[in-house]
Amino acid sequence: MNEPLLERIERVRQAQRGKYYLNDTVVSMAHGSGGKSSQALIEGLVVPALHNPELARLEDCARLQAGGQRLVVTTDSYVIDPIFFPGGDIGSLAVHGTLNDLATSGAEPLGLTLAMILEEGFPLDSLRRILESAGEACRRAGVSIVTGDTKVVGRGKCDQIFLTTTGVGWIRVSHQLSMDSVQPGDRILISGPVGDHGVAIMGARGDMGLELDVLSDSAPVSSMARRLLEEIASVRCLKDPTRGGVATALNEIAQKSGCAIAVEEGQVPVRAEVRGACELLGLDPLYVANEGRLLAVVPEAFAQQALEILQADEAGREARIFATALAEPVGTVYLRTSLGGTRVLDMLAGAPLPRIC
Amino acid sequence: MKWIEEFRDPALARSLLHQIERRVGSRPLKFMEVCGGHTHAIYRHGLEQLLPDVMDLVHGPGCPVCVIPMGRVDDAIAIARQSGVIFTSYGDMLAVPGSRGSLLSAKAEGADVRVVYSPLDALRIARNQPDRPVVFLAIGFETTAPATAIALLEARRLGLKNLSFFCNHVTIIPAVKAILDSPELSLDGFIGPGHVTTVIGLRPFEFIPQRYARPVVVAGFEPLDILQAILMLLEQREQGRCEVENQYGRVVRSEGNPRALEVMAETMELRPFFEWRGLGFINHSALRLRPEFADWDAEKLYSIPGVQVADPKACQCGEVLKGVLKPYQCKVFGTACKPETPIGTCMVSPEGACAAYYSYGRLGKLV
Amino acid sequence: MCLAIPAKILELVPDCEDLARVEVSGVRRQIHVGLLSGEVGPGDWVLIHVGFALSKIDEAEARRTLDYLETLGQAYREELAALGEEHEVD
Repeated sequence: MNEPLLERIERVRQAQRGKYYLNDTVVSMAHGSGGKSSQALIEGLVVPALHNPELARLEDCARLQAGGQRLVVTTDSYVIDPIFFPGGDIGSLAVHGTLNDLATSGAEPLGLTLAMILEEGFPLDSLRRILESAGEACRRAGVSIVTGDTKVVGRGKCDQIFLTTTGVGWIRVSHQLSMDSVQPGDRILISGPVGDHGVAIMGARGDMGLELDVLSDSAPVSSMARRLLEEIASVRCLKDPTRGGVATALNEIAQKSGCAIAVEEGQVPVRAEVRGACELLGLDPLYVANEGRLLAVVPEAFAQQALEILQADEAGREARIFATALAEPVGTVYLRTSLGGTRVLDMLAGAPLPRIC
Repeated sequence: MKWIEEFRDPALARSLLHQIERRVGSRPLKFMEVCGGHTHAIYRHGLEQLLPDVMDLVHGPGCPVCVIPMGRVDDAIAIARQSGVIFTSYGDMLAVPGSRGSLLSAKAEGADVRVVYSPLDALRIARNQPDRPVVFLAIGFETTAPATAIALLEARRLGLKNLSFFCNHVTIIPAVKAILDSPELSLDGFIGPGHVTTVIGLRPFEFIPQRYARPVVVAGFEPLDILQAILMLLEQREQGRCEVENQYGRVVRSEGNPRALEVMAETMELRPFFEWRGLGFINHSALRLRPEFADWDAEKLYSIPGVQVADPKACQCGEVLKGVLKPYQCKVFGTACKPETPIGTCMVSPEGACAAYYSYGRLGKLV
Repeated sequence: MCLAIPAKILELVPDCEDLARVEVSGVRRQIHVGLLSGEVGPGDWVLIHVGFALSKIDEAEARRTLDYLETLGQAYREELAALGEEHEVD
């Protein structure tokens, strides 16, 4: 295996980005998994159809200017199954997810919207529980759901309840957070153990027959994000890794910035149970969904300070510096194994877990 | 995780690598790891880069997903497409391309395809939904066949009328023999499949040292297991021995698992021949359900195309499976054939040499 | 799919002689132990694969293997230490 071949492979990868696969004529579960298929669908079909420069940036939040104020807006849908799971439910998940998109853009939330699609026959008690949970999540975060919409479809036309949240925020601290700005030498931090949400959902769905005590990590990362941005001027970017796991988020950063990213296997925090479940099912925790973790990229000089800020937060006690941006190989994420070997960590291909967020 | 993490100790790995360095000599050596699980483990932990350059690990055909010919995948999809069928399968088979799509694309087009962890899950689904026919895609070497056998016996015991098995189990020895008989390849030894031997024992491998004068060390799947097995192969060479050794003694008994062999014999028989992707037709290399289990045999219950489909012209899976080509030497590796657009099974199965190489090992010693 | 990993038997399922509850790192699952009938009970470690126990883990043998690897490790450390001393002398 040699450099010319690696270059050829990389050229093909670059050329094929944005083209959806030749065999795709219908939507498949892979398109929703957050990995390569999702990316291909968005870059190859969605962006060209809607065609505008802001959308094409493909950041989690869009930036809008209004009378000198920098506003951001973000939207997400939630179709998780099961709707009640250890550590949360679709309501709190929706609120946390949108708050986290705002937080990782450096924005303070101004308000959320909530649109619901309900299946005929869905118990009103369940609806109440979900909305109270969403309300509680908002209250704790100091934000409100200020408007919304309700639609009902016939039995079987949607799976119990689907939610869509939109969040509007404003950029208070002047930061230019952007994945492009990541440079060789930068250090990457994660605020806590990876894979909790995906494994909790797998356990709750029951189809793999696993009994476990793992809770979803669904939570706001806002307090950690806010403090990082207040105290460190040169934070490069923040992300909340969701579907596709930390590995997918790192790949997005590597692709946008052109850096390589080297992950230290020994520094990735993983709960013992998550490790066990993943080992049993042949999954890699780095590809399993999270819903309450913050990924932060900072210049080397600020890495220790960033770590202390995270660890001081209740949600960041197990934070670690776990990866480094490098110059080469361009756009590639890899793991340095505890034995000293390496393995590549590509963006997720396929769909290992259906509908986890 | 007990009995896993101890065998991943980096310091002990370093000392094993040191011993390997000392003994390896300067003559190029080729060891084949037969089993796809070993290929996967080697790349997952980045072991290949740590071994001396003169040592070449050749990836063998022990990937039960990789060796399923496209025609059989088409057959599986044909069954899945039958109205009302709940088609259950291990996750690994979902993305494998047939001649017109995969089980995953069939699912996208409306087939009820479900991933299961165990054939007992298929049994459970069948019991819970007596009005729907359930089919289980049974694949794997002898490691996995006993599970199918027990599920089948249980289905019969319960008198289940709506469960059937599409049997694609293959046996390892004929494949290894095909490799040994292949004129294109000269190997210095084998890392033996630790989980197949858990079922069939060590004896079936004795013909390798006896008739082909090549040593075999049966290995476990953690880094220290693989490294120790390599060291044991080197020691055999050094000491002029040539035999079957068992590095994985904590799991593998030399007689295998007699009860597992019993249930397999009770439920399955050898097919006269079976087509292996890349290796062609091999005699007595695959299993089918015994005639007395016809009521649970999907091949008898469903009309399947049964067409032999040639691999795409560009596909060189056969040579990769035989160890003649390294994944990156295949003409379409990484360009036309990638995990998301696989041409051949070596790229789509998580245990396939090409998938392992592309997804995990393509940086080699560059970083 | 060809994954087989060690798990500890927590209990045999009452009224169901071929089933056991096992645990890997805090994750529990029901596993069929019919291929090891009579040989295994609570506290034993077994190799599990696609919902079945295929082999009882011989813990003494596991320890012997680790002890042997540890002696190789020790020898290596001594060699490195000796090399270190040589360099200091130089």
